[in-house]
Amino acid sequence: MPLFARLYNFAHWLTQDRSEAEELVQETCVKALKGFGSFRQGTNFRAWMYRILKNTFLTSRAGLKAATISLDDDEAALVEPIAHGTPESILISSLDQQTIQAALDGLPVPYREVILLCDVDEMSYQEIAETLAIPIGTVMSRLSRGRKAMRKWLNEASTRRAFK
Amino acid sequence: MTCDEIRGKLAHYVDSELPAGELADFESHLRGCATCAAEALEMLQTKRAIRAAGTRYVPSPEFRLRMEQSIRSRSQRRWFDMRFPRLALAGVAAVLLIASVTVLLNRTGRERELTEIADLHVTALASSNPVDVISTDKHTVKPWFAGRLPFSFDLPELQDSGFTLVGGRVAYFERGSGAQLLFSLRKHQLSVFIFKEEPREFPFHEGTLTATRLALQIETWSEGGLRYFIVSDAPASDVHALSELLRKAAHS
Repeated sequence: MPLFARLYNFAHWLTQDRSEAEELVQETCVKALKGFGSFRQGTNFRAWMYRILKNTFLTSRAGLKAATISLDDDEAALVEPIAHGTPESILISSLDQQTIQAALDGLPVPYREVILLCDVDEMSYQEIAETLAIPIGTVMSRLSRGRKAMRKWLNEASTRRAFK
Repeated sequence: MTCDEIRGKLAHYVDSELPAGELADFESHLRGCATCAAEALEMLQTKRAIRAAGTRYVPSPEFRLRMEQSIRSRSQRRWFDMRFPRLALAGVAAVLLIASVTVLLNRTGRERELTEIADLHVTALASSNPVDVISTDKHTVKPWFAGRLPFSFDLPELQDSGFTLVGGRVAYFERGSGAQLLFSLRKHQLSVFIFKEEPREFPFHEGTLTATRLALQIETWSEGGLRYFIVSDAPASDVHALSELLRKAAHS
């Protein structure tokens, strides 16, 4: 089962629940087996599998709940720019994994998923665009906003820790 | 390139999305500009930190087994339906089917594992940051894995061997995490993967297996409860020389 562990990791990040992630991966595999005829040889198999998973997520309970969060409402909070290269931002790399995971957890799904696909699954912008069925420009803008939001959150966490 | 132009493209750089034609100019600017270099480093460190933290969830062995059984039963059912439509043949067919499927599953399992290991090597080399701990010193690289892996391993002495340790990262494969160590030899890069060997996890027998996937040499063996893989475009003799060094380190 190639990709199984990676699909599961992505599913768990999307659903934020173990049993829902298992259901999602199971349903994705069943759909992929049934619909393997629709996979075009020579195209990107990984993007095809992730697309099935993402589409299945969208119609799941967790997906419907995530869809009720308006991206526009979150963008105001996400676009606030922060300075690069400050001593605070450099501390990000020294923060523990739990803090970084909490920052990822706190991102709205559209930002969390592009960051995971880019940084964890190391997909190209083109692959992410294919997987999520969004324009490549949207991939880049969500990545930029999501990363800015994460850096802001982590900088604040780092500052809170320094004052404890 | 100006600093503003560089800042506008830093994300493309750390994501390996910068067009090849711009890379030389971009890196030349970074070498001469401490501010831009610091920003690039910070973005790279953040990306690495997210990658490490983002690989958080591992499927449970129970769930994995359930999925494997479900997929196997589907494959077996389809195969049986095609070959033996009449129930009168069921008794004989069942025996033949079990034998064939066992051989087939072992073989396809092994093929799949080798291909995935080769993919891990290629993916790491294609990454802008193939290793998370960068050091030629085994006393720096080995301790970095402490607390990140559920096992420990020994690294060989490399003096006069021609091999150089480049660094390491945590690799994720099937049921869990393992070590990926990158070595260089002349112009070749060699990945050494080490995973804990659970019963029935890897469809390999005892002894050494050598194979070629994606024009890469692969050597795998089991030692002290750990499964080792070496993947490289180096000649098989060089891959074997590194495996000998690792075996010697494991025995020392």
